[in-house]
Amino acid sequence: MTAQVKTAAKSTARSTVMPFLAAMVLGLGIITIAGHVQASALHDAAHDVRHATGFPCH
Amino acid sequence: MFSRIVTSALLAGFCAGLLAALLQLMFLQPVLLHAELFETGKLVHFGGQLADAHPDLPGFDLMRDGLSALFWTLLQVGYALILVACMAFAAERGVVIDARRGLLWGLAGFIAVQFAPAFSLPPEVPGAAYVDLTARQVWWWGTAIATAVAMALIAFGTGAGMWGAAVVLLLAPHLIGAPQPEAFAGSVPPELASMFAARALGVGLASWALTGLLGGYFWQRENAGS
Repeated sequence: MTAQVKTAAKSTARSTVMPFLAAMVLGLGIITIAGHVQASALHDAAHDVRHATGFPCH
Repeated sequence: MFSRIVTSALLAGFCAGLLAALLQLMFLQPVLLHAELFETGKLVHFGGQLADAHPDLPGFDLMRDGLSALFWTLLQVGYALILVACMAFAAERGVVIDARRGLLWGLAGFIAVQFAPAFSLPPEVPGAAYVDLTARQVWWWGTAIATAVAMALIAFGTGAGMWGAAVVLLLAPHLIGAPQPEAFAGSVPPELASMFAARALGVGLASWALTGLLGGYFWQRENAGS
């Protein structure tokens, strides 16, 4: 019984934390690509914005 | 939950990104283009030589400025996803989220990812002296994360211990110090460089304020029925 309650509590906790984590990982991925990855084409395209946002650019 | 976070973040980030792109075009791009004349050697200001403070600058460039608008919206959507995810996490725990409070969240975001890193690694004009990129990127992430945690401790912490920890986290990146060049080699006049740094922070503040405001507004609206 106790074990069942614990499992239920754990899965509820996971289901409430997962959406936040997923959104954050998605956001971090976008920021990394737009702001930090140094692939030449990406760097050139994002150049002015990287300077404007104060990201280390060169 | 995930779709409500993404919907709010997309709307808020997109609007804030467009605002930032517009402000960049009006206030920042002329300074950047002017600085590039010094970076490429078309203008020189060293020694007794005076440099033109009002040169002819290229006008609107659809490709270049369009890409800036694209990357501004991308970046601000990315930030909005993190900000709204944090708002949602707090809302689940009883914190009230609306447009006004969202504005405060946005200001905290601005401090974490723009103001605090800029305190030791100011936004660079093209042509500034620089050191190893990876070291600066590592310092940037460390500073942004430490400052964000400090903001959360100040907002939600209870007791002097948490405020003390926040102060330590705020100071540590700057006491450790950002990677700095061994020698200065910047070819751009200080008048332009300081104008660029100040305006970059201003554009960042405006776009973050709107990200927070709209993030809070859309989050509240998305959840009005539930």
